[in-house]
This record gives sequence, C-alpha cells and structure tokens, in this order.
Amino acid sequence: MSPLAVLDGCAAELQRDTVPANAAPRPVLRERGQREVFCGLTGIIWLHRKMQDAFFLVVGSRTCAHLLQSAAGVMIFAEPRFATAIMEERDLAGMVDAQDELDRVVTRLLERRPDIKTLFLVGSCPSEVIKLDLAKAAQRLGAQYMPRVRILNYSGSGIETTFTQGEDACLAALVPVMPALPANAPKELLIVGSLPDIVEDQFLRLFAALGIAKVGALPARNARNLPSVGPNTRYLLAQPFLGDTAMALEGRGAQRIEALFPFGVEGTSDWLRAAAREFGIDAAHVEAVIAPGRERARIALSKLRPQLTGKRITFLPDSQLEVPLARFLQDELGMELVEVGTPYLHRAHLARELDRFGANVRISEGQHLERQLDRVRADRPDITVCGLGLANPLEGEGLTTKWAIELVFSPIHGFDQAADLAELFARPLRRRDMLEV
Amino acid sequence: MQLAVWTYEGPPHVGAMRVATAMEKLHYVLHAPQGDTYADLLFTMIERRSKRPPVTYTTFEARDLGKDTEQIFQDAAREAVARFNPQAIIVGASCTAELIQDDPAGLSEAMGLPCPVIPLELPSYQRKENWGASETFYQIVRNLADKTVVREPREGRKARANILGSTALGFRHRDDLVEIRKILDQLGVEVNLVAPLGATPEDITRIGQADFNIVLYPEIADEAARWLEKTFDQPAVRTVPIGVGATRSFIADVAELAGADPTPALGDTSSRMPWWSRSVDSTYLTSKRVFIFGDATHAVAAARIAREELGFEVCGLGCYARELASEVRAEAARCGIEALITDDHLAVEDAIAAAAPELVLGTQMERHIAKRLGIPCAVISAPVHVQDFPARHSPQMGFEGANVIFDTWVHPLVMGLEEHLLTMFREDFEFSDEAGASHHAAHSPRKAAVQVEHEAPVADIPAPVLVEAGATGWTDEAERELRKIPFFVRGKARRNTEAFAVADGRAQIDLETLYDAKAHYAR
Repeated sequence: MSPLAVLDGCAAELQRDTVPANAAPRPVLRERGQREVFCGLTGIIWLHRKMQDAFFLVVGSRTCAHLLQSAAGVMIFAEPRFATAIMEERDLAGMVDAQDELDRVVTRLLERRPDIKTLFLVGSCPSEVIKLDLAKAAQRLGAQYMPRVRILNYSGSGIETTFTQGEDACLAALVPVMPALPANAPKELLIVGSLPDIVEDQFLRLFAALGIAKVGALPARNARNLPSVGPNTRYLLAQPFLGDTAMALEGRGAQRIEALFPFGVEGTSDWLRAAAREFGIDAAHVEAVIAPGRERARIALSKLRPQLTGKRITFLPDSQLEVPLARFLQDELGMELVEVGTPYLHRAHLARELDRFGANVRISEGQHLERQLDRVRADRPDITVCGLGLANPLEGEGLTTKWAIELVFSPIHGFDQAADLAELFARPLRRRDMLEV
Repeated sequence: MQLAVWTYEGPPHVGAMRVATAMEKLHYVLHAPQGDTYADLLFTMIERRSKRPPVTYTTFEARDLGKDTEQIFQDAAREAVARFNPQAIIVGASCTAELIQDDPAGLSEAMGLPCPVIPLELPSYQRKENWGASETFYQIVRNLADKTVVREPREGRKARANILGSTALGFRHRDDLVEIRKILDQLGVEVNLVAPLGATPEDITRIGQADFNIVLYPEIADEAARWLEKTFDQPAVRTVPIGVGATRSFIADVAELAGADPTPALGDTSSRMPWWSRSVDSTYLTSKRVFIFGDATHAVAAARIAREELGFEVCGLGCYARELASEVRAEAARCGIEALITDDHLAVEDAIAAAAPELVLGTQMERHIAKRLGIPCAVISAPVHVQDFPARHSPQMGFEGANVIFDTWVHPLVMGLEEHLLTMFREDFEFSDEAGASHHAAHSPRKAAVQVEHEAPVADIPAPVLVEAGATGWTDEAERELRKIPFFVRGKARRNTEAFAVADGRAQIDLETLYDAKAHYAR
C-alpha cells in the first residue's frame, strides 16, 4: 500500500471529524479495529507493590493468570500479593455455585495470608460476561471479614478497561471508603494517581516547602490508611488516565485543580504552581521553592536535548500517558510529533496539553492496528513508542522503538526525573547509532 | 475455582498460537476481547521473534456485546485474509469469546473465504496450552493432508520421514531439530516434512508421502501421529532422543524403519558425555540427590539421564501435564519414588523443601523455588524465560544435546575437590560454602557475619517438615558439629539424623547420635 493511500484514508477521517473553526476541537482520527493493548488487569502489577497491605484476587480464567505472569516480564520472586481464582467448567454451570466457590477461595486465601488488610476482588472478561456479581460477593465477604479485612471490587476486564484504566477503576473503588472531610475543615490537597514512592516523597517535600499543610495521596501506601475527602478537598491528577476516579472524587465534593501533568520542567512547574495558586500562596515564594528543581532539570535536560531535537516520534496507543509525554518531548526537547495515538482521549483533563501541540500533529484515538502500522511504515519516524508485542517486530523492520510499558514502570514524574524520562527516549536512538553488528 | 499465583501452562488458544507462529503462510483469526493480545509478547519478547505472530484478534469490547460481535469477527477474518493472503486460516475463540458463543467456525464457513478454513474447538475452561497445541496441530494435519497421496515403492529411493512436534516457544525446539536432521542425514533418511516449525499449509498436504513419522514432542505431535498411522499407514518413532541411551535407541528405531545401517550414526565421535561422566572428576556426582519437575517428556528423560548416565539419585519426579502422567508414574516407580502430578507450584515447592535435594531440574518456576531455598538448579523444560532461549546452539536432543545437558546440570554444582576442601575447612572465614562455587559468577556480596553462627539458607526453608524437625533436642555440641557440614547437604544430614534418633528411640541428639546416624545412612 502506498503511503499516499494510507494517508488518504486518514485525511478523509480527519475531515469528517473537523468541526467549524470557532468550536475548534482538534481533529482526531478515531479508529476501530484490532487493538494491541493490555487489559486493565495489568495495573495490578504495580498497584500490588504500591499498596503494601492490599491483595488483588482476579476472578477470571487461565488466560488472566497467564497474562499477569507474562506481563510481569520476569516473574516476581517472592510470593506476589495477587492471584487468580481460575474459573473452571463447573463454575460456569450455575451462579450460586460460583459465589460459593469464591467464598471458599477467599477463605483459603485469607487463612494463608493473615497480613492482608484490603482485598480487591477484580473482575475479568469472563466474570463480566457471565455477570458474576463481585459487588455482591465483596459485600457478603466484607460483612464476614470486617474489620480485619476490607473487601472491595472493581473490574479490570479487557472488554471495559484498557491497561492503565485498571488503576482508574481500582482507585475509583477506593473513593467511597475514604473518610469524610468535614464541610468546615480547612482546604486540603490530594494527589491522585499512583507514583513511585521516591517521587511521591519529592512532591510531598515540595508541597511542604510551598506551605500546603495537609497533603494526601491516593492510593495511599497503606490501603487501610486512606486520606479524607470532602468539599474542601482540592485534587491534582498525577496521571492522565483517571477519569472515573476524578468523577468519584467530584461526587464527594472534591474539586480538580486544572494543570499540565507533572512531566518535564514546564509540566511539573505548572502542576505545582496551580496547586499553590489554589491555596493562595504568594507567587514569588512559589518561584523561589521550585527554582532549584527547575534549574537541576534544565541542566540535566540540556545534555540530552542535542540527541533528541528534530527527531520524529510516533506513539502507538498504550497507557494514555501519550499526550502529556508528547507535549514534554515537543516543548522541552524539540522532538517532532508525527502521530500521537492514545487508547482514549480525555478531552477535559488533557485540554491544556493538547493546546500545546503543533498544528500538524496527527492525534489518533482507539486503534486499527494494521492501518496504524501502515502509517508508521509510511511515516518512518525516528522512534516509535509501542507495546511489547510490537517492539521487536518493528525493530525487525528497521524501525527504532521504545517499549511503552517502561514508561509506566519507571519514575518519570517531577523535576528530578525529567532527564530520566528523556533518557528513556534517547537511549534506543543512541544504541542504534552505537551498534556495528 | 482454582486459586493460582503462577501457571505452568497458558490457555489452549496460546497452544494454538504456538503452532500458528511456528508455521508459515498460515493465519489465526482469534475471537477474543481486548487485552488477549498480550500473548504476542510471549513470542516477540521471550523468544525474541522479529515478526509478529500471525494472529488477528477481534478485540471486541463491552459495547459490542450482544450487538455485532459476529460482524466484528467476519470483518476481522475478511481483512486478515485480504491483507496476509494465507494459504489457510485457523479460526477459534479464546475463553471469553467461548462464553458469548458466536461460533467462529460457522461464521467463517458462511463467508466463502478464498482459502481453507480450519475451525478449532479449544475448551478454555477444561484444557490448557499443550492440549491446545496438540489439538490444533491434529486439526491442521487432518484438514489439510491430501488423502489421495500414494507413496512410491521404497525400492530405489531413500526412506522418507516427517519430523513432528516442534513449535514456537518450545524449549530448544530450534536446536533439537538441527540434531535430528544430522542423525537422519547420517542414516541416509530424507526429511519429507518438518511440522509445525517452518511448514506451510501446502507442505502439510504432502504429509502422507513419508514412510514414517518421528514424534519429537509427544505433548504436541502424538495425536496427529496416531491419525497419520491410521490414515496413511505410517508407523511412528516415539523414542525421544534426550540423553545418550535414548539417542542410541532412537537411532536404532529409525534405522530399522528406514532399513538403514545404524553404525555410522551410533559412532558419532562428537558424543562426549559418556567419557565426561566416566572421567574421575565426575565421581563426586555419584548419588547426588536430584529433584526433577517439568512437562512429562523432558522430566522422564531427565530422570533416566540422572540415573543411568550421571549416577545421580532421583529423590523427586513429577510433571504438570496430566495427559502424560502415566509415563511419569512409571519412571518414578523405576526410581523407587512416587510421582508428583500437579499444576500447583506451591505443592511443588513443598515437595522440593521436603526432599531437600542437592540439585533441582525443572521449569522457570522451579528455578525460582530453588533460588529461594538456596539449592542449585538447571532448567530442563517449558515454561522457560528469555534466558532459556540462548543465542548459541544449545540442543537437548541427540549426542550434542547430551553434551549440553552434562554441562548444564553439572555447572551449578560445587566441583569435586572444592567440595572436599569446603568440608575439611568449614571455618575458613574467606573460603566458605555459602559464597557459592568458585567457578560461578559473582552474586551480590553477603552481608558481614554480624550474628554469631547464622543459619544457612537450607535450614531456613519455611517448610513445616524442617521446622518441626528442628524441635528435636540437639545438644549445642551436636549443633556446632552439624554446621561444619556444607550447607548443601546439611538439611539432609539434619533430617536423617533426626529420623535416626526417632527410630532408635533417642530423646536427645548428641555427637554420638550424629555419627551413629552418619554410619547408619552410609552409602
């Protein structure tokens, strides 16, 4: 297929999506077809490490168990805090039976692991399709095991969630059990989205230096020690994939602080400034607090910029981190965005990010894998960000890639990680130039 | 419901993918929800394949359910055929699609696609990966084999064989094939077809032209071979040539069916394992206790090699594949033990802890277990990880495979004289058994010995057996003496001594009891 034919198809799509200029939402190429993405169960791999007293029990099939151990890459050595209750033929015969079986499995698990304080029953594609009611199960088992164990449920099924949306579903399930912050309580800040502990600590130090006294984090490292929420909660999203969690928080009266996502110097500065503004902190003080971090990040990034400036990049849809990361690479490293694909585009949360994109950036939502790969082959970007299933095959075709999953597993937020984030993109390019085999 | 942390086998459609990915010009249209595409990474990451598996997933979502999942399937099938132009496609459902009962077979039949369509029925809630691979291969062979093929008379031509069973993601399948081809070459046997690995659907049509079949991996190829036996009157060689003895039997079996002289193949001068095993340095291998777990074929072969070719003692043997459990039970009986047939890795961990072996031969699961217990380990069977797909030639089959096995299994052990020195001078502060064998790469440095006489890993095994055992009354003097025994045999020494003490009615274990037990268990 010629590049022209491929792009022709896009042009038609782009045209259809274009609305009159005054409303001016950006044209977005929406596609449906094969989607090469993980399901929401994958989030368990980092969530079970983040919340140290929580256990994740997937109610699903052998495929779910196999996905978790394969996506984990190397198998985690110690007994992990997740497992799968694998449904078998006889569980599918009648619902009553499946609920009894679930009770039996949960009882065995909680006997074996007395350290579990929060148990998530995680729905999967098969449990959703047979309509196995995990909310009911969580309620029944919760009544039995509270206060020792709190039992919650959410769905990480592929038919409902894509990759990081699993974290969104998990955090949204935590919101109703967060303690209430009284209506007359002073304003509190809540950071929403799981961050590596080291990054979370950096941010907490920065907020303390800014003078914001009460700062909570969701998820908390201890799932039984959740922060409070109420009308005086102001929350900052640390991750761009938390639409349902945000809605649940708003439902409890919390209000979102609009900001860029904290990637790179500008994203992190904007994020911190927005919070400070909301808490009425003097702008000069804010600049004084963030200046050292900004300067460190600026110096560190300046070493990587020559390697990345002018390089063309395409993102295939994966984690919903694509838009803010692309903004960072474009604005702070001078990369040229060819296509930014995302599984789902949260227009409200990403509005300010999208405003920064150059006019010619192709934004795509959803996926028709084969057509998208045709576009990659036609565009021949310098680097393509994609999932593990596609990286080696694209390398085999002579295209340099970056595994998207590493962006979810590495500390990349904030000033002190800005250069680490840039390095994730610079390294494959440098390696390509180094090798003489 | 079965509670599982790790699984030895994936679902059956992953088995089908292993067959499809091994073949050329075959495409798999899989009715599956979004997310099931994770399976691609098994092939592209673990096996480092530079091509995507030839699989089109329908990746339906919740909003499609009850509306147009059938249409989605048909669109996906049509697009896949148009784009990839395969010689045949296989169609089926993953676990979730099985529940929505869309019938990919009927749907694709109704489409009048321009290539043969092979429907797969792989019950996800009953069966697993190896069964899925076996069933898929059987259906491909059954559907595509040209049944009108008539073999020319044997006179005046070479004997022809099909080599069956190699798949993608198989443990050393790529390299085994090289060794098997070498043997057939030495015997003057022509290879009619290798399948699934590298075969096209068109190649499969002429499967009936071979005089006999070679079933390399019965987990995958036996079902097809039995059908071929009936349909084309093709006998099968079922000896799996892993180990020197089995390779010799294999050569004899093939030579007999081919009417060839086995001598040149049997006299292969690159077979070094027998001498390596007889050389005096290997004396220290004698009666090392080894625990073996894996798929049935590799586990049974490993047990035989361990007993007959390395002089080990097999103290545990098992497999996760119930389909071939009887063969593992039979081999276990020959070892004088009971087989462990389970797919619960926690049960395997308990069994290993209880057996306190000196070497574990298993899958990547057992590698993790052994590491945790501080026991040397080598991998002999799938499931394996990326490091078990080496860049170098590293077969398990044939004489070269036996050479590789000797190296791989012996390498993790502490070598002969070093073992003696460690026993003699246990209290040397630098040269200690806990530092590992001196020919191994460094691992993270041990913490300085702050506690007085902390226990070695084996003694820390959280297995009920060993914890209970510790409760028997050891005198301080006997405990100190016990610690002078190298850690890799200390667990066994402790257990034996305690068993002896109980049997002999001694309430306390003192130095005398320790040495009486040593004499009692002397080999």
